[in-house]
This record gives sequence, C-alpha cells and structure tokens, in this order.
Amino acid sequence: MYESVIGLEVHVQLNTATKLFCGCSTEFGSQPNSQACEICLGLPGCLPVLNQKAFVYALKVAMALGCRIREFTKFDRKNYFYPDLPKNYQISQYDLPLAEEGFLDIDINGRSKRVNIKRVHLEEDAGKLIHSQGSSLVDLNRTGIPLLEIVSSPDINSSQEAYEYLNSLKQIIQYLGVSSCDMEKGILRCDANISIKKKEDSKLGTKTELKNMNSFRGVRDALDFEIKRQLKLLESKESIAQETRLWDEEKQMTYPMRTKEEAQDYRYFPEPDLPPFTIDSKMQEEIRKTIPELPQQKMKRFREDWGVPAGRANILASSIELADFSEKCFNLYAKAENITNWICGPLLSEMNNRKQDINQINITPKNFVDLIIFFDQGKLSNLNTKNALAAMIDSGKEPGIIIQEKNLSQISDSVKLDEIVSQVIKDNPKSVNDYLQGKENAVMFLVGQVMRKSKSKANPKMVREILLKKLKKA
Amino acid sequence: MAIDKNTVKYVAHLARIKLNEDELDLLSSQLESIIDFIDKLKELDISGVQPTSSVLAVGNVFREDKPRASLTAEESLSNAPEKKDNFFGVPKVIE
Repeated sequence: MYESVIGLEVHVQLNTATKLFCGCSTEFGSQPNSQACEICLGLPGCLPVLNQKAFVYALKVAMALGCRIREFTKFDRKNYFYPDLPKNYQISQYDLPLAEEGFLDIDINGRSKRVNIKRVHLEEDAGKLIHSQGSSLVDLNRTGIPLLEIVSSPDINSSQEAYEYLNSLKQIIQYLGVSSCDMEKGILRCDANISIKKKEDSKLGTKTELKNMNSFRGVRDALDFEIKRQLKLLESKESIAQETRLWDEEKQMTYPMRTKEEAQDYRYFPEPDLPPFTIDSKMQEEIRKTIPELPQQKMKRFREDWGVPAGRANILASSIELADFSEKCFNLYAKAENITNWICGPLLSEMNNRKQDINQINITPKNFVDLIIFFDQGKLSNLNTKNALAAMIDSGKEPGIIIQEKNLSQISDSVKLDEIVSQVIKDNPKSVNDYLQGKENAVMFLVGQVMRKSKSKANPKMVREILLKKLKKA
Repeated sequence: MAIDKNTVKYVAHLARIKLNEDELDLLSSQLESIIDFIDKLKELDISGVQPTSSVLAVGNVFREDKPRASLTAEESLSNAPEKKDNFFGVPKVIE
C-alpha cells in the first residue's frame, strides 16, 4: 500500500494599496513600468521602508493559523540573478520568519484532519517577464508587491486533502480581508512537493516539485497525475528524479522544467537596509483583537446555536459576508431552517445567475426574511416566492410591495379555488378518467393545470384537497 | 582554509564575473589570505552571544500604506540599454 506525502508552498498577495518597501501603487493593469520607483529599480542610494499594513496583515494570517509569533524578526537578502529582480536579490525572510508552527484543520468527508504549518513569512514579489522574439521584456510594476509565504508540513496525503487545505486557507484569509486569494488571477500561487512511499516505511521517497498550476483544481489534477507517474516508476523499479516539473493544464500532464543542473545557492544574509522588528505582546494583542470569528467557529456556532445541518453550515460560512447575512436573518426570524433553505436554494441560485456575491446582490436581510414569512404564512406559493425574490432583487423593493404590484398573493379562498378546480376537471376528461382507472399520477397533472390556470397563485395544498374530494364524487 | 581555483570559479559565476586563468590564480591566494584573516574570529569564545543582524540601534521602522507618485516609465527606462513599448528589453532568458 503506497501513500503520497505532499507539502504545499502558498504565496498570497496581500491587498495593500502600496508595495512592501515603497509607496508605489499596487493597482493591477496599469501601463508597464508606470508603477516603479528607485527602490523597485534597485538604484543605488535608496532605502526600503516596510509597509506597516502588510506587516499587520501577515501577523493576522499567522495568528489565525495558530502560529507561534516571533518576538524578534528580520528580513534577509536572497541573492540570485534574473531580470525580473533588478536588485539581484529578493528581500525575504530566512532564519527568523515572523511566525512558525501553526496548523490548519481541514474537513475530509466529515472527519477533521490537522495539517501543520511550518512557517509564515513576508517577502517581495518579482517583476513580470514577457518573452518575445529574440528578447525578453521586463515590467517592474509587480516588483515589490507584498507576498505572504505559507509553507505547510508534508502532512497532506492525497490530492483531495491538498484541495481542501487550499480552500480552507483561502476562506480564512478572505475572512481576514487581507487578500482575495484568487488563484486564476495569480493573487494566490501554489507549488507542491510530492513523493510516494510505502505506508509502513518511515523514510520519505524522492520528491518532485510541481509548479505552474493556475487553479485549485489544477493543483489537484497535477498531484493526481504526479502520484500515478511516480507509482508507475516505483512499480517498475525505476528511479524517480528529484526535479521541478511544470503542469501543463491543456495536456493534463507534468513535464520536467529545463534548467541548468546546479543547486541554487542563494547566499542569504541579513538585509542591512532594514532594521529588525520586535513584536511585543502589546502589538500582538492589538492585532489579535481585530481577528474576526473564523469559518470553523462560525460553522460550529451555526450548527449548535441555530441547528443548521453541517453541510448547510459549510455553505453559509463559505464567505464572511454570506455568514453575516445569514446571521442577521436568523436574528430577525428564528426559523433558521427555513431561512437556510431559502438561502442555499433560491438566493444562491439568483446570485449564481447574476454572477453577484451577497454584497453585490440587491436585497437586505430584513426584506429577505419578510419574504420567507409571507411564504411560511401561506400567503405566497413556492413558485411565486421565487418570482417575488427575483423581482425584489431587480428593484430593491420590499416583498409586500412586490406582491401587490405583481398580484402574486396566494389564493387560499376555497370558493375561488373550487371554481378553478371544476373548470380544470371539465377541461381534462382524459386525466380524470385515468385517475378513476387507478393512475395516481394523474392527480399531479391536474394540480399542475390548476396552478397554471391560477398563474401559480393557488394554494397547492388546498387545490389537492378540493381536487381529490371532487374526483371521489365523480 | 585553502581556496582552490574551482571555488573561485564558482563564486565568480555566482557574481556573473568572467575571470581568466591568471586572475583565478591571483584571486585564490588573495581570497585564501582574506579568509584566514577572518578565521581569526573563530578563536574568540562567542557562546552566548546573539548573532548581529543589524548594527543600527533602531527597530520597527514602518511606513504608512499611502501611495506616492512612482517614476514615470520614461524616467525608469532612461538608462535602459534596450527598451520596447515601455518595457525593459533584456537578452532572452528562456528558449
């Protein structure tokens, strides 16, 4: 029995207004080299100064991941020559990262698994290279953008676990509001180390490093491919080369990166341009106070305080905004189960259709809850509640006004319903006959006809009762 | 500590410096005496002394996250030996 051993190295771009060590804007999509300065260019005689917000954001993430925060931290130079970094070194952190020894609990088919976090540190991003004919072009707008590096221990044992790890990490960072973590846009990047070993062996196998994945699914697919590739080699007694491999999304395979065969020698040394940093307990406490309730605590509370089933609690807590919306609704109307059903079904589908999140979509918790109350009181049919919801989002109006304007009120008047049912029985002699011959399904059809005739306003429960009574007499 | 020619070649490569045979010989002996000189420090007992990461008496120097004007692309590119459409041009780094 083989087991895969996976460690993930994630880089997250923090959403500060300025770069890590200078006041250049981090805005995306500007003209090439329009957001660079003497510090980005590595011109002599200039000094970097750390962006306080980036530092605080980094500590927030580290704390949310349960890390031990270092009281004393510093930056180091990582030396290498490549045109994406004009200084010929990247300012990063080496032996004294700002935080270490954290963890992330992930949910694997209802069972919790702890993945340890080795370290969390800050570093600057490099520039962007575009390769054209005969030369490479360099844009330094991205140079110096703050990156948070989060390195997991090799505690991940399947591609699915890696996928869940990334999702949980993203959720936590989004809750903290420090990054969008959009992997498709390169805001979050992930490299994976993977090796295979026999389950009973304690010695690790030879690992490969996977790069160039552009989505969480890409990470999962690349790992699946690599696990199969390494297994095949092991089973045919071939050796696995320790190398970096690139994921080809189109061909769904990894291939070795072409590099000169030499070990990287970064010659780290303390960055003399940046005095070190002391993180005392007062600073820690101040930052800790700003950390909101995190997804797992939120889910737990939704389950325990409001009786929301685990699967649904997961959905409601998927973003801090949706969780806040849900909770506001629960506080307005204690029937959490009904609210949960209307959020997870119709509301989320309206959001999907409109490609809007809960912040963008035009509905308040109060209006949403009022709508559900109309439904629960039998004043709206299921279909018309959905119709009213769509109309409310379109207009931003209250449900009462929409019901009036669109004349959606459910008909629960038995005299009126009697009339429609009689007409439907008269118009559909064949279905009536089918029912009398024992075809139970025919009732469904007849109820449907009544609903249609009433423009979905008839109370379906009453319709069914009246219909059955009449059919028995027939 | 003996510094052989291969070590000098390796360090020269890391610094992207091209050296001829005479220079390699000269530098091996020079680097060797420099390293020997520095090695004198090893004679000191430094157990219990924290490594120095900065000689400045200050710490926790921050700036606010407030944007300021960057250089213009023209200014940034003014010393570039090669440029194209506001990009720096460099020898191709990937085949």
